[in-house]
Amino acid sequence: MTELVVRFLAGDRRALSRLLSHVENRTETGSIAVRESFTRTGRAHIVGVTGPPGAGKSTITNALIRHFRDGGRTVAVLAVDPSSAITGGAALGDRIRMMENYDDPGVFIRSMATRGQMGGLALAVTGATHLLDAFGFDLVLIETVGVGQDEVDIAEAADTTILLQVPGLGDSIQTIKAGVLEIADILVVNKSDRPDARQLVRDLRNMLLIGDRPGREIPIVETVATEAGGIARLAAEIDRHHAFLVETLRRAERVERRLLREVALLARERFERWLAVQLESSITIEERRALVNRLVDPGTVAGDLVDQMLERRSGDPLPG
Amino acid sequence: MDVMPHDDRSHRDRYRGAPDPEQREFTTTSGEPVRARYTADDLTSAGFDADRDLSVPGEFPFTRGIHPTMYRGRLWTMRMFAGFGSAEETNRRFRFLLEHGETGLSIAFDLPTLYGRDTDDPLSAGEFGKCGVAVSSLADMELLLDGIPLDHVTTSMTINGPAAAIWAMYIATAEKRGIPRAALGGTLQNDILKEFTAQNEYIYPPAASMKLVTDTVEFATREMPRWNSVSVSGYHIREAGATATEELAFTLADGTAYVDAALERGLDIDEFAPRISFFFNCHNDFFEEIAKFRAARRIWAHLMRDRYGAKNPRSWWMRFHTQTAGCSLTAQEPENNIVRTTIQALAGVLGGTQSLHTNSLDEALALPSDWAVRIALRTQQIIAYESGVTNSADPLGGSYLVESMTTEMEQRVRRILDEIDEIGGVLPAIDAGYFQRRIADSSYRYEQAVAARDKIVVGVNALRSDGMAGIPILQMDPEGEERQRERIAQVRRERDQTVWRSSLAALKEAARRDQNLMPYLLRAVKAYATLGEITECLKAVYGEHRPLAIV
Amino acid sequence: MVTTARTRPIRVLVAKPGLDGHDRGAKVMVRALRDAGMEVIYTGLFQTPPMIAHAAADEDVDVVGLSILSGAHNALVPQIVNALRDAGMDDVLVVVGGTIPDADVPRLREAGVAAVFGPGTPLKDAVEYIREHAPVREGAA
Repeated sequence: MTELVVRFLAGDRRALSRLLSHVENRTETGSIAVRESFTRTGRAHIVGVTGPPGAGKSTITNALIRHFRDGGRTVAVLAVDPSSAITGGAALGDRIRMMENYDDPGVFIRSMATRGQMGGLALAVTGATHLLDAFGFDLVLIETVGVGQDEVDIAEAADTTILLQVPGLGDSIQTIKAGVLEIADILVVNKSDRPDARQLVRDLRNMLLIGDRPGREIPIVETVATEAGGIARLAAEIDRHHAFLVETLRRAERVERRLLREVALLARERFERWLAVQLESSITIEERRALVNRLVDPGTVAGDLVDQMLERRSGDPLPG
Repeated sequence: MDVMPHDDRSHRDRYRGAPDPEQREFTTTSGEPVRARYTADDLTSAGFDADRDLSVPGEFPFTRGIHPTMYRGRLWTMRMFAGFGSAEETNRRFRFLLEHGETGLSIAFDLPTLYGRDTDDPLSAGEFGKCGVAVSSLADMELLLDGIPLDHVTTSMTINGPAAAIWAMYIATAEKRGIPRAALGGTLQNDILKEFTAQNEYIYPPAASMKLVTDTVEFATREMPRWNSVSVSGYHIREAGATATEELAFTLADGTAYVDAALERGLDIDEFAPRISFFFNCHNDFFEEIAKFRAARRIWAHLMRDRYGAKNPRSWWMRFHTQTAGCSLTAQEPENNIVRTTIQALAGVLGGTQSLHTNSLDEALALPSDWAVRIALRTQQIIAYESGVTNSADPLGGSYLVESMTTEMEQRVRRILDEIDEIGGVLPAIDAGYFQRRIADSSYRYEQAVAARDKIVVGVNALRSDGMAGIPILQMDPEGEERQRERIAQVRRERDQTVWRSSLAALKEAARRDQNLMPYLLRAVKAYATLGEITECLKAVYGEHRPLAIV
Repeated sequence: MVTTARTRPIRVLVAKPGLDGHDRGAKVMVRALRDAGMEVIYTGLFQTPPMIAHAAADEDVDVVGLSILSGAHNALVPQIVNALRDAGMDDVLVVVGGTIPDADVPRLREAGVAAVFGPGTPLKDAVEYIREHAPVREGAA
């Protein structure tokens, strides 16, 4: 087990790939890998790319990869796609857009499914990000479909969040959920060669005026990702945002907040595992029967159990 | 012990639900509901008007056929798609087919050729001659057509990305034999739009590809009156998993896109429309397919006359080639495929096709052997000469079922055409993944139906027997690839280097300047530039297509 | 949700090697495997052996499924299996689907392919095979 970590620390790409699976599966080995490599983290610029399906996220990501590689920087990508709530499976197709990078050792692409676990995705992503950061990638791009809670989770994990929009996907303003605009550090209007792109840019500008973001104006970058149009400017904005964060010490603030949040999530994960084991062994047959026969309600059972567990741990009787 | 006879119930996992047959659900292969019986009332409620919608064979809207006497006047062309290995082997197969009574040639090219690559291209490794003949230069084309009277035989070429270059080789071969290009008759598939949605044999991006197609349409219109420059295809769309309705709708939409492009080039509708041809699949559901063909003619006739204002009646005719469905063939009990192909061929004939290819029984496993392909050809001939269905035009005309299905197919197709219009046309719809998504959805739906035994495939998910019948599989000449590589090397050695180099330079320049490339391609192939060299030359100008990935 | 002996989904790479552009079967497999609770990474068309091996290694998949309908399997499959080995993917399950004549199956098995799904193979047979034979590796929590 630890041999894997040793190889990873020595720069073995296959070991990195295996450890990413460990982190995704929340194993002990994964935790060890993060622990042993944590001193090497903190360098990478973490960029979240989110937006509705059809916006061209993978094309933009691929164009950014090419741009940064041309500039000599290494890039890792986490492409996150939703798992089916019913079957638990996922079709992960983002990689296709980035296949041209297959023999470039300076690029690493990993497809990840959300697996429908509350908080689980956030920990898998943060863990993976730590490993990729420690491995030495200059940039870690996290690509997600902007649906549900995930995009907010990703925003927490990233230094810079890019929100992608495209003209023609229904009423663009209504589909930009309230609050989603708040998390964006950079707005991108892709397929900007379409005639209705102008209106979208105008609408976005107006929405930004209504909002309130002190200290920095959110740039709107227009791209035509399929032709790499606007990509150089987008990359420049990404770098500019990074510089801004560093200069204004916001980066340090954000990082601290992020790491503390990760601590909280990890603590909760650990606690939930412990709790699951406890519950298994703590509910007696009598209690089960009482529940089923409606003699006692679930709230009471849960309260009693937790009180017992906590008393047992601390030895002191609980207040009240 | 007695063996009890099966009944239908034992082959299906759920017997259509309801015990009352009137209530049971029966659908076509494409999933469209079929009624227990059809009467005059069904025609009325579908809005059918016999004078407007049916007319007579040879009269607008040609539902009953584009000619008054149809096969009484002239049989459909028996045109068997053929090609494998090296040019020599395929030439032998062409002669075999002609000797056995086929009336038109159809060339299948191998994967490297379809993608504009020479046999010695590194990416061609392992792919030589496996699904068609390898043609890397004019030298191969000359061998391929050896002994074939190009002024007496029409040839169809299934080629899309590099169609213009391959066509140039065909023309050059004829001209070297003293046959003027205006005397040449045939069809170039050259339908790049369906490559982006179904068959994936594209090279350059969509806009450049359309430009090349329009170049060929323009060239044919001006110089080759007997040539069909485009064969707008639904066959491959269907093979990719689309329903019959989608096959027809997507094909018609593609057709209008080519017409629009030609009009934009400045050609007059009545100049080129008579030479736009079509190519459809013919699957198992007998009546659905017949309805599809008849609806196709009716819709196209209206489009040509009413939307585009064509005046020449020949512009209103939808002329099409049909191929029986490759995706319906099974590897299990391959002899059953003869029966499937026969039913499908009969539907194509009753649907009024101008030209027909029948699949061979072994094609789920390999390219056809001589024996298998002869049976396939004989299938057409038996229909033509022994069945009597050719004695009268559109024998099913007036049937309550056929006319109802035709009208309902037309209505469903029109709805899809409207949807495509709403997106802004074919190219925006391709960009948006509209076709690809629908095809993938229909394909998966069908697979699920087969898995649930809602759709029965005899010998595969019901009525199975043990073991595979041993049938002879086509063996290719193992020396073929080496011979081909030698030939390419020889061509490169012996051609006039100066003429060759300047022909490619001129081609590149013409591409940059957006000129019609046909004359430059002719010049390049006559200078023995290889297909791969021509493709690279054009890739340098147009780039390569990077597809959307819709699963 | 999916549970057998595993608590995490099986990861499968579905690839189209060579110039073969017929992707109907591959796309159907992707959906079927997804519906069976697996995480499926589809590479798209025109994959070379190094491309497939790199993708499989970086994605740390349990299974590689190759879809080949061009007849080029005898040349391509051994190259792909070797490329996988070179990339350190020693225990990945390799399966092949497509137009593979019976006569070619033994050679493919010798090259390292665990199963060949010829034309007419019921979808669920292929899916079940993968589910049962995909390696259970450490890292399954």
